[in-house]
Amino acid sequence: MTDFQRLVFSFFNLEVMRRYLPAILDGFVLTIWLAVAVIATGLALGLALATLRSAQVRPLTWALVLVVDLLRAVPPLVIIVLFYFALPHVGIRMSGVAATWASLSLVLAAYAEEIFWAGILAVPRGQWEAARSTGLSFGQALAFVVLPHALRLTIPPLTNRAIAITKGTALGSVVGVPEILTQAITGQSFSGNASPLTLGAAAYLVLFVPFVAVGRWVETRFAWKR
Amino acid sequence: MSRRPPILDVAGLHKHFGPLHVLRGIDLRVAPQELVFIIGPSGSGKSTLLRCLNRLEEPSAGAIVFDGVDVLAPDVDINAIRRQMGMVFQSFNLYPHMTALGNVALALRKVLGRGRADAEALARAALARVGLSDKAGAYPSELSGGQQQRVAIARALALEPKIMLFDEPTSALDPELVGSVLAVMRAMRESGMTMVVVSHELQFARAAADRVVFIDHGEIVEEGPPARVFGDPAHARTREFVARIAGHP
Repeated sequence: MTDFQRLVFSFFNLEVMRRYLPAILDGFVLTIWLAVAVIATGLALGLALATLRSAQVRPLTWALVLVVDLLRAVPPLVIIVLFYFALPHVGIRMSGVAATWASLSLVLAAYAEEIFWAGILAVPRGQWEAARSTGLSFGQALAFVVLPHALRLTIPPLTNRAIAITKGTALGSVVGVPEILTQAITGQSFSGNASPLTLGAAAYLVLFVPFVAVGRWVETRFAWKR
Repeated sequence: MSRRPPILDVAGLHKHFGPLHVLRGIDLRVAPQELVFIIGPSGSGKSTLLRCLNRLEEPSAGAIVFDGVDVLAPDVDINAIRRQMGMVFQSFNLYPHMTALGNVALALRKVLGRGRADAEALARAALARVGLSDKAGAYPSELSGGQQQRVAIARALALEPKIMLFDEPTSALDPELVGSVLAVMRAMRESGMTMVVVSHELQFARAAADRVVFIDHGEIVEEGPPARVFGDPAHARTREFVARIAGHP
């Protein structure tokens, strides 16, 4: 066997791929569900936190910044492991999927809060003042004038964050979540061949290339002429 | 001017920004349908005075009574007061994600609680008043500065305020666009709107103002009919200022 044939045999073995394709597909579907759940929860929570922060109540802001900074400072894997292995000792048991979902959602929320907050700050003061001068309340000015403005500014960084955190679903493999990477590694172990990993990589490409493209589309769709 | 009871009565108004004492005891009464023109060097406190009236800035001390309501009372509904005090800003501050119509209709819907169709009809009427009926569907970025400022005026006007506050409404405009905004203001004046205008447009003041108030270092130095303040100012500071800006119309 030449080197090239060995490479093809180990990484692009169609026979092995065919055998593990169903498992990788299962992982693919689970990864999508997990990603959607994490993005929905993380962004909603992040927006809620940024809204709380915009009320500018000192002690609340301090507590919020502390938690957000902690979540951004600790690797997501550590949080997943803590949730899965440590929380049962205080009576909170969750499945690997739940631990991964909760951890990644919290981490995304922390980043999203900072991004939303930066977006809110980037809205010129005059927008607030114009809105408030017509009698809109703080909440109405935030909801109808400032946030629509801020959200458009935040779409590019949020898209990047969402992509990064979705790749983080692979960390779930540590706590037995049967997502793409887990399925690929299991396939590799059982077959003694790396082709399931290649298949896994392909699955990630299939997942993320459209994601990045949608992100780009959303960016232009929601931009407005200045 | 003091024959009619004032609609706006400001007494002993002070404003500090940290160590900066920006307003030092302002007393100002504005009668219904009066046009009061406020002039003064930059940093004299005239914009701050205007912004204290609807509490975009929180006054440090003093009293403001508007239409019989104590504006500075702790339990006052400031949003209710603000919708009766229209405000126009130097930088227009239109909402960039909404059309001209959307800009004008927003407060009609959310503050006055009008339905969409009702609010849009009122917004169209307000846009017609500022001569922009044909621009209802345009976004701010598609409008000239003068048009944007007129939309901003329509946004305030649509709420049928009892007074309009103008904070240097033409300062950010190219000279050839100033006239269209002043024309709208003159029409409002003729329709009997009470107006407080901070501006450097002395010609407009001469033609339209009932009273000119000169502010310097946070104090009212002098006030009176435009002909007297501009033609025969009592104070050297006023004379100096008027001569300086008359040289750069």
